[in-house]
Amino acid sequence: MGSTTKSLKSQHHNFSDPFYQLNVLQQAGSHGEQFPAFTARLREHGLFPLKPTGTTILQINVGKMCNQTCRHCHVDAGPDRKEIMTRETIQLCLDALQHAPQIATIDLTGGAPEMNPDFRWFVEELSRLGRQVLVRCNLTIILANKKYNDLPEFFRQHQVHVVSSLPYFMASRTDAQRGDGVFEKSVKALQMLNAVGYGKEGSNLLLDLVYNPSGAFLPSGQKAMEAEFKRRLKSSYNIEFNSLFCITNLPISRYLDYLVQSGNYEGYMQKLVDNFNPEAAGGVMCRNTISIGWDGYLYDCDFNQMLDLKVAQTAPQHIRDFNLQVLDERNIILNQHCYGCTAGAGSSCGGETIK
Amino acid sequence: MEKTYYNPADLSKFGNISEWQPELGRKFFDYYGEVFKEGALTEREKSLIALAVAHAVQCPYCIDAYSTDCLQKGVDEAQMMEALHVAAAIKGGAALVHGVQMMNKVKEVSM
Repeated sequence: MGSTTKSLKSQHHNFSDPFYQLNVLQQAGSHGEQFPAFTARLREHGLFPLKPTGTTILQINVGKMCNQTCRHCHVDAGPDRKEIMTRETIQLCLDALQHAPQIATIDLTGGAPEMNPDFRWFVEELSRLGRQVLVRCNLTIILANKKYNDLPEFFRQHQVHVVSSLPYFMASRTDAQRGDGVFEKSVKALQMLNAVGYGKEGSNLLLDLVYNPSGAFLPSGQKAMEAEFKRRLKSSYNIEFNSLFCITNLPISRYLDYLVQSGNYEGYMQKLVDNFNPEAAGGVMCRNTISIGWDGYLYDCDFNQMLDLKVAQTAPQHIRDFNLQVLDERNIILNQHCYGCTAGAGSSCGGETIK
Repeated sequence: MEKTYYNPADLSKFGNISEWQPELGRKFFDYYGEVFKEGALTEREKSLIALAVAHAVQCPYCIDAYSTDCLQKGVDEAQMMEALHVAAAIKGGAALVHGVQMMNKVKEVSM
């Protein structure tokens, strides 16, 4: 894998079109056989239709703009993406939360969420509402511009839970996925977060890392991988962190493009299908999370958001009409990419889904 | 399609060997599964051993399987290559240590 500089959208690439992606996912393999329908696998295990278990997390994508252009990004984020959540839409999210005390965690993602001009105001307002704020920080943003250098201190002040991608404890696989020089900058940013107390025992400042494979293979053994990351990052860079979340790459957007271009698509899909685990399927994140797009539309997860698969029509479609009771009754929208969340030990924004 | 003795697609059919001898097949795969579980050695260490042995026995299926398995377990490239050098050293050493036998034989039959 190598870094690209332009988003698929700005290249007018086929894989920037959700309809095209869904078509590829439905196609038969080279032997003429289709992969079994994901919904059929759920039905076999009494999980269809898939229903929410009660929403406790709101994941808000505050914009697709990012300082990086990662090779696997399912958002197709990058510096050339201009979709940014407006202050008005942010206010609608805050209004909705006033009436939904059961939503304890607000998960801010992007792009680089910090690039939204109203990001800090949003975090302050969420803190005021007494919600746990989680920010998916790509690390390099902290060093991208002087105005971001104080982010570790800002996060500390608001007790933000920081979750950051680091696909490997060495430069080779990190830079192959996230771009040249990203590993070195990520190390510096992690040291800055450690310096204000993040990841340190007893600080209550949570710093979790996200591992996702730099290639066409699945993650395995979150606990063992976490131990290896801790050992290597501590000994080489004196970096500490709390937990490692292992996430499977879902076959959509840039990662789907990579799979097809590299000739790995069929083998990877077969691996996902072969490793379908009903226990992992029971714990998928769409059962307790609602995803909000930069324009306020509602989705079952961030992946469905990128495939433009909005929540079922029976439920409110936009944050302005937010009604948690009705949303918690909906059927979750599924497609073949969902195999990515149910393979092996499962995958979610919080790592493995099996207990 | 080009005909070769080894077909990558056959790796995923490994379980089919049980069709003609179910009982022994089951025992083998149960044993195989147990062997690779974490024990006195970690799963990661076992995967590296398997990778080295795969090269020593020159099994293309095993090389494919354990190269990927090592990647999945976070093994880095240098560690994988060092494991192969262990296999190579033992294979090379196994050939060369027989040089002593050769020398013995030559001395035995020489004036």
